[in-house]
Amino acid sequence: MATNTVPGPRVGQPTSLAGKAAFEVDDRLIVAGPVRRTLNKVFPDHWSFLLGEIALYSFIVLLLSGTYLTFFYDASMKEVVYDGTYAPLRGIEMSAAYESTLNISFDVRGGLLMRQMHHWAALLFVASIVVHLLRIFFTGAFRRPRETNWFIGITLLVLAMLEGFAGYTLPDDLLSGGGLRIFSAVFLSIPVIGTWVYFTVFGGDFPGEVIIGRLYILHVLIIPAILLALIALHLLILVKQKHTQFPGAGRTEHNVVGNRLFPTFAAKATGLLFIVFGLCAGLGGLVQINPIWLLGPYNPAQVTAGSQPDWYIGFVDGGARIFPPWEIVLWGYHIPPVFWGALGLPGLMFGALAIYPVLERVLTKDTASHHLLQRPRDVPVRTSLGAMAITAYVVLWISGGNDLIADKFDLSLNAMIWFGRIGFLLLPPIAYWATYRICIGLERHDREVLEHGIETGVIRRLPSGEFIEVHQPLGPVDAHGHGELAYGGASVPKKMNQVGGARRAIRGFFTPIEEPAEVQRQAEVEARGLESEQASRELTGSGRPSEGGRPSEGGRPSEGGRPQDPRD
Amino acid sequence: MSTTDHSRPGSAGGADEPGQLHGGPDDDYSPEQLAAMDRTELDRLGARYDGVEVLHVEPVAPPGSPLDKRNTRQVTLWFALAALFAVAFVVVYAGSGWFLPSWMWSTGSSTWSALYTPMLGALFGLSMISIGIGLVLYVKKLLPHETAVQDKHDGSHFDRVTTGATLMGGLDASGLPRRKLLAGTLGLLGLAFGAMVIAPLGGFIKNPNKGNPLGTTPWADGLRLLRDDGTPVRPGDQVAGSLATVFPAVPGGNKAYDAAVMLIRLRPEQVAALVIPPGQEDFGYGDYVAYSKICTHAGCPVSLYEQETSRILCPCHQSQFDVTDGAKPVFGPATRPLPQLPITVDDEGYFIARGDFPEPVGPSYWNIGRVS
Repeated sequence: MATNTVPGPRVGQPTSLAGKAAFEVDDRLIVAGPVRRTLNKVFPDHWSFLLGEIALYSFIVLLLSGTYLTFFYDASMKEVVYDGTYAPLRGIEMSAAYESTLNISFDVRGGLLMRQMHHWAALLFVASIVVHLLRIFFTGAFRRPRETNWFIGITLLVLAMLEGFAGYTLPDDLLSGGGLRIFSAVFLSIPVIGTWVYFTVFGGDFPGEVIIGRLYILHVLIIPAILLALIALHLLILVKQKHTQFPGAGRTEHNVVGNRLFPTFAAKATGLLFIVFGLCAGLGGLVQINPIWLLGPYNPAQVTAGSQPDWYIGFVDGGARIFPPWEIVLWGYHIPPVFWGALGLPGLMFGALAIYPVLERVLTKDTASHHLLQRPRDVPVRTSLGAMAITAYVVLWISGGNDLIADKFDLSLNAMIWFGRIGFLLLPPIAYWATYRICIGLERHDREVLEHGIETGVIRRLPSGEFIEVHQPLGPVDAHGHGELAYGGASVPKKMNQVGGARRAIRGFFTPIEEPAEVQRQAEVEARGLESEQASRELTGSGRPSEGGRPSEGGRPSEGGRPQDPRD
Repeated sequence: MSTTDHSRPGSAGGADEPGQLHGGPDDDYSPEQLAAMDRTELDRLGARYDGVEVLHVEPVAPPGSPLDKRNTRQVTLWFALAALFAVAFVVVYAGSGWFLPSWMWSTGSSTWSALYTPMLGALFGLSMISIGIGLVLYVKKLLPHETAVQDKHDGSHFDRVTTGATLMGGLDASGLPRRKLLAGTLGLLGLAFGAMVIAPLGGFIKNPNKGNPLGTTPWADGLRLLRDDGTPVRPGDQVAGSLATVFPAVPGGNKAYDAAVMLIRLRPEQVAALVIPPGQEDFGYGDYVAYSKICTHAGCPVSLYEQETSRILCPCHQSQFDVTDGAKPVFGPATRPLPQLPITVDDEGYFIARGDFPEPVGPSYWNIGRVS
């Protein structure tokens, strides 16, 4: 057997060292095919597709910094007397969890950076999920066949919030302990099973001795494992279904136009990963967050005025603050208001989000598969519903900090609460109406520009004495001078510069590094060659169908003249 | 990449012959044909097999041109900066307390230790962000801008029909649809097995109705009212209009979540305006009243006492209670008054409780009105 070697070089056999190594690997694992398919995968080139990536990268930051923190943190509620570096707390009784968090902050070299980086990354994680969700919602990317991924995304958001809550409760400081107390009241408020849930979660009466340990295992193992699995599934489905894309020339329901994974997209995505990582590190070092040593250990008899949860829990707090004091009592059984404010409202919100794709499909009877995105203005009802939901959320969120607003702006606290109560009911319908009108207005303007052309700002006086503004049509015009381009769901250029009304700048910071004459020649060649290479030219553009429609053929025939070239 | 060699011992016989299903691109293109293509052609060929067509490539600046030189210089600069920041990070991180001042922070310590974490964060962040900018600029300035289009396929009818046939064939072979008893048993087994697997979660369940833990507190008849530091309180200790937080004189009394009590000495005008709930006429002592500090909305300690308006405000959700009116909620989401603790003074002149609160302390729950 040993004499049997692989035959010598034949046609197509690798000769370089790297080639030989790759050959050996593929001979064993047969990965050349899948690797090529992966490298060739096309990603659409639009900034809004990077929002989900930011969430993914901040999750990576969380995993790395969080793992570091576990080596120093002690998830125990055992009472200890502090005797560490931070003098103001020496001799104070506290839990081992709080003491170990102080030690991470003061006695571990670089520990404070890691702690703050972890906290900032968590805020960024939830924030980027929310912004990503809004992009998906407003562009209709959740439509068939992507309902599953939408639902996974909503689950990820809820889990991320729970994960964040569990995480910031772990230090067992005065602020987070107060938050935990409020959560216990929310558990307690659940009809019928509330007291059972409360005793089960805390292992007895609040706060007990087990809750920090339980939150810890939830925070470092159970929820991250589920998050990781769901993120993997989310991405797997994404790859399988391929990306959506905004409409544009050459873009159809059956293709994806953009950059291949390798090298362009991979390099850009890695760049974004580093920028997200660097942002978290910079914030973690420069901007103090959750200074638990200033708050002190948890004590059920103490609380700080102006205490705030992390931003993503704020709306829950706001709901609890503005819900009126309505305690429902039926045959001696109570449903306290905190149930509706802190559990009912978020439940309603996430429930509505989760079923929205199904709801829209049923109501619009649109059951077709969609891969081209919609511009928010083209679906006014959905966009207005979204604006309405955001308004309601923002009112709740502001109400979550109404005491701080009342304090800083010298307003009445009670007036802030009434603002929340009335605003929550009144502002969303107004937002709906305003958004709807704005959408319609934008739609009409798009149609108008397509029909009459771009306003050039050039005023012309006709022999009859009438003044007219010269319009630049975007494409061929009919006998009446009306544009014949139909609206294709893509952005319509509305300024002359967007259709080549101005030359590009000459490159060079201190001195020009291009010959101005050469640049002009290129521009002229480009303009001349446009007709012949229109097809390819359109695809390279930013997706505007009229990228090729340049002010070459003059204005409306009825006006009988070329628009003045802004260069001359 | 077939390396079959028929002269190899142990590989004789028909088993090493490719089956009739063997094929694909290797049949379409011989190694000689592939060897004749250049790298770009091969790249585009492979891409076509993956449904990808490269439509347009905008070339980069020609090598050696001023534009190319400037672009290369820019990208290099960012990576060099990143390396520099990384080195600076390591120097600050490891050098502090060695050849640089100590990083250990304590109140009133040096500027260096106060700036240690900000410096680490800034250097770490700048290094990472520089790498990121370098990579993005690399793509924008040094890589050809390629526009590619990839086909998107809907589900295949062929795949659906054949997969369905295989699945249904397996189900048919198992005979489960006609073996009703077996199928039914398997269904029951599934339920029983599921119940068995989740049953151990019962270890978490605690009975909240054993001994009414939610309706009672450590307070009992004769227990002294102690401050947080453990000292007892006398009626003369507080000025009119003041509030003190007191705890029951039991071990761990000042740590119990439901025991904190606000001992309030009313001002004469407050005493004049005092409305006492029926049945609690003797709960106060002189101009002193004692109310639970735990908010009946969500359990926060209500801490902010404004004596001009006699209102107590909970900083968590802004519930407001009127101390001259039985601590009833007057604004905000709370629905029940703060329970009042009956107090008196013992032989030595210190405040004591005359029993527990007459009603449950803290947030409401389902059967709060049913247990006693």
